[in-house]
Amino acid sequence: MSWLKLFRGKQAEMPASASQAKERLQIVLAHERIGRKGDDFLPKLQKEIVELVAKHVSIDPGRVNISLERGGDLSTLAIAVELPGPEPVRHAS
Amino acid sequence: MAQVIVVTSGKGGVGKTTSSAAFATGLAQAGKKTVVIDFDVGLRNLDLIMGVERRVVFDIVNVISGEAKLSQALIRDKRVDTLSILPASQTRDKDALTKEGVATVIEELSKDFDYILCDSPAGIEKGALLALYFADQAIVVTNPEVSSVRDSDRILGVLQSRSKRAEEKKDPVKEHLLVTRYDPARVEKGEMLKLEDIQEILRIPLLGVVPESESVLKASNTGNPVIMDAESSAGQAYKDAVARFLGEERPMRFTDAEKKGFLSRLFGGRAA
Repeated sequence: MSWLKLFRGKQAEMPASASQAKERLQIVLAHERIGRKGDDFLPKLQKEIVELVAKHVSIDPGRVNISLERGGDLSTLAIAVELPGPEPVRHAS
Repeated sequence: MAQVIVVTSGKGGVGKTTSSAAFATGLAQAGKKTVVIDFDVGLRNLDLIMGVERRVVFDIVNVISGEAKLSQALIRDKRVDTLSILPASQTRDKDALTKEGVATVIEELSKDFDYILCDSPAGIEKGALLALYFADQAIVVTNPEVSSVRDSDRILGVLQSRSKRAEEKKDPVKEHLLVTRYDPARVEKGEMLKLEDIQEILRIPLLGVVPESESVLKASNTGNPVIMDAESSAGQAYKDAVARFLGEERPMRFTDAEKKGFLSRLFGGRAA
């Protein structure tokens, strides 16, 4: 089997994938270990933010988007609340 | 009082049953009265790996449901007389196991044995939870591969929160890492996670490293635990791991790639 390699010629060197495996594992496990202590906090956070914003502006709860980007040293929590345009606003009398 | 050891991993196919069979046999060879229980109800396989599949009459579910006595279900190994096997049921499902039932079985076995090995099914559902619930020690079987390492980490979390010791706030389950299917040549090429990396990530003491070896398949083909193959690297690695478990200090072997000579480079060839 291996002598056939002589004829195939050397294939392009692949970058070592093991180091990528380690890095990815370290990141994902760092987050999973935190999450293990409690339940996923995102649904609750979303609900509370919607309630808070709704106190001041009338918003459509379906138009609130929360995303979490997990990084090695830094995670970003992005909250996008779509505020209503001028026309559909109806003030309760 | 017997020590209860769970062999677990979260992920399937990493070598739990192979390791359970090897470890139980090794402990028994060292003169310890050992019983190994298959917790994989519905997918029984330990009997095949141990080569006792034709001697199974009753199983753990029969014992729990009162259809058979424990002594009737235990299979005495013909090679090592201090070793017994308690098979899983092949026809029932996992719900046939109950915490109370398993507790009774383990309590009764504790009277006659030094070590009770629990071969866990894959996953983190009922069978796996019951296999680890009564554990004093855990052997976490891990392959040098991302999904296996992640699942091992998960199962460590389960051990630390849902075992009997955790629930009763006793000393935690003693954890041991057993890395299997390790291929030093691929590690050297940077294609496989290094032993040090796995240890750094999982942060539990290393019990042993079992190299990828053709002898494991050969052992399962013939129903002889691979530890009985004293010639093979895997067999020797398990022997070392058992010795370390019993308190002996032994250096890790089979962790470095063998230097290949010109001929083996030319014609290939793999480690036995």
